[in-house]
Amino acid sequence: MEVEYLPEDGPRVPDQRAERLLGALVCTVVALLLALIATVFFRAWPSFAHNGLAWFGAGGNVDEQINQIYLSGLGGSEGYVYTFHAWQLLWSTFLITGGAVLLALFSSLFVAVFLVEFAPEWMSNVLAPVVRFLASVPSVIYGLLGVLVIVPFIGNHLVTEPQKASVAGVISLSGYSLLAGVLILTVMIAPLMTSIFSDGIRSVRPGWLEGSLALGVNRWRTTWKIAVRTARPAIVAGTVLATARAIGEAVMLAMVSGSVAFAPNPADGLIFIFEPSRPLAPTIVKNIDLLGSKPANSTLFAIAAVLLLSAATFSLAGWAARRSMSKYGATA
Amino acid sequence: MESSVATPPTAPPPNQPPPRPGKDAVEGSATWRLSDRLGLALCWGLGLLFCAIAAAIVVYLLVQGIKYLRPEMLFTPASAGFSQSQSGGFSDAFFGTLIVATMGISIALPAGVGIAVWLVEYGRPAALARITESTIEAIAGIPSIVLALFGTVIFSSTALGFLSRSSEGVVFGRSFFAASTMLSLVALPLVVASTREGLNAIPQHVREASYAVGKTKIATTRRILLPTARPQVATGAMLGLGRIIGDTAIIVVLLGATQNFAPVEGAAFPFDYLRGAGTTLTNFVYEASPTGNLNQPEKAYAAAFVLLLMVLALNAAVDVVHRRARKVGTWSS
Repeated sequence: MEVEYLPEDGPRVPDQRAERLLGALVCTVVALLLALIATVFFRAWPSFAHNGLAWFGAGGNVDEQINQIYLSGLGGSEGYVYTFHAWQLLWSTFLITGGAVLLALFSSLFVAVFLVEFAPEWMSNVLAPVVRFLASVPSVIYGLLGVLVIVPFIGNHLVTEPQKASVAGVISLSGYSLLAGVLILTVMIAPLMTSIFSDGIRSVRPGWLEGSLALGVNRWRTTWKIAVRTARPAIVAGTVLATARAIGEAVMLAMVSGSVAFAPNPADGLIFIFEPSRPLAPTIVKNIDLLGSKPANSTLFAIAAVLLLSAATFSLAGWAARRSMSKYGATA
Repeated sequence: MESSVATPPTAPPPNQPPPRPGKDAVEGSATWRLSDRLGLALCWGLGLLFCAIAAAIVVYLLVQGIKYLRPEMLFTPASAGFSQSQSGGFSDAFFGTLIVATMGISIALPAGVGIAVWLVEYGRPAALARITESTIEAIAGIPSIVLALFGTVIFSSTALGFLSRSSEGVVFGRSFFAASTMLSLVALPLVVASTREGLNAIPQHVREASYAVGKTKIATTRRILLPTARPQVATGAMLGLGRIIGDTAIIVVLLGATQNFAPVEGAAFPFDYLRGAGTTLTNFVYEASPTGNLNQPEKAYAAAFVLLLMVLALNAAVDVVHRRARKVGTWSS
């Protein structure tokens, strides 16, 4: 709609100036993002350049490597050490994020369907604010409750003494564990997923559902076969956005995940869910005091670069998926 | 349970969408197969579980908060001490949260509204509009710890040294200015998204009516569009505020390291505090938890309770704005 209704000699100068001003603001924000990406990768480059693809591989203990890197930075620039193999952190990120996203996907899908189609009015009037509230609780409160409630519970009641003894030489099972991280992260990302899913399901055309109901298909089947299937882009978008949020979660996981560089091995049996570990983002928080040392600085920015790339990719993918909803005539 | 026999519906008014199936004439689940009924039971179970988790969080923190929170904690600063009764309160953290929230939102709100207005009302050239949209989405997806690290780079540069403490050319880089600027980026996407939604909901003929009486685009935006979209702008601002007061990673990196205000000597009044390091409630909770440096779980509970009250108040305010906006109605109805 680019129709100009303005008189030719009217007060157009202020309008053009406003457009230029807003345009400058927009350009500033775009430039800021580009500067952020450039800075992070520029700072990260020495760490990637020295390690190559081995950066993502296994080998040695990450905590010892970070310590070596830090100490080498206190001397001259010839002695810088960059050797860093992040596998333990990557694996921990993968396990915790993956576990939380799977659990949250399952529960959010059911809750979203319930919220839109099956909950009686009083129930949806309670559930909708509850979902919004759970999404807005600060992560540090989840972390605090995790440390003071969930972690002691796991340590005292779920982990048995023989289990503790069996790994005593390697790692201590005190309740700071994969399980605690996954459970709390699930509660943190499930509301985000639920709200995107329910927006998607709500925007399915009523005619399609009525058609199915008219054929004698019951409401449950209609919801799952028509509404949920039509809302698939919203489900993809919600899952992907929640994954991005989960990957970037630093503070809560720094508090409950155990904070040792260790790669829990599922091949050891079910005990691996009680083992501590530390994902990528909490590693930055825990080692933030090492920023003054040049090689350590570069290593932390390399971790940030991996986080930035994966989280930004996920959130752009989610945005693209959500836009494709309009193909189905939905307005979400 | 009502029978599922369809009653002939009265013709709905043409401008309203037809009623959704299911909610009005309820088909009971008695005729369903067992697997379907189990699925419905699972729905109920998970829905109730969500409610139970929320209730547990509120009730547990309420009990702990009443047990440990003393009003004087909000007005006495933290101090060194051997036991939890000697180490003072967390007034600096409380006021730090207020300062950070005010400064952060006063950057994010005008910037966010400006970007949203540009995207909806101007948006030329189209390529720049697309780039801006994806930029906002990308900023929303950046983990706040990455924003914090980026903040350490820009605010430790000598050009921005006047915003934080510096001695002998070395810029400290931790200050309320640094933290609030980065936190405003956390709130920005929420403000933009909400404002855009509000502007897009205004029908085109409203703009045309304004142009027809000779108003310029910017005058139309200021006098008609933004006042109409005020509920959505307010919602975006409050959602942004919630994210700002809840963020911890940026505070730990760009502001923390102390539990008290650390004003810079020799600066004029508000700037000495704003240039210095400080703390907020989230940082206090993080440090006072058993994994932090202070390890004062009782104070952590008290501070977390205050934080939760703030979040609950913001949520309630969003609800009130929504309800009032619905009562007033929009242009189209």
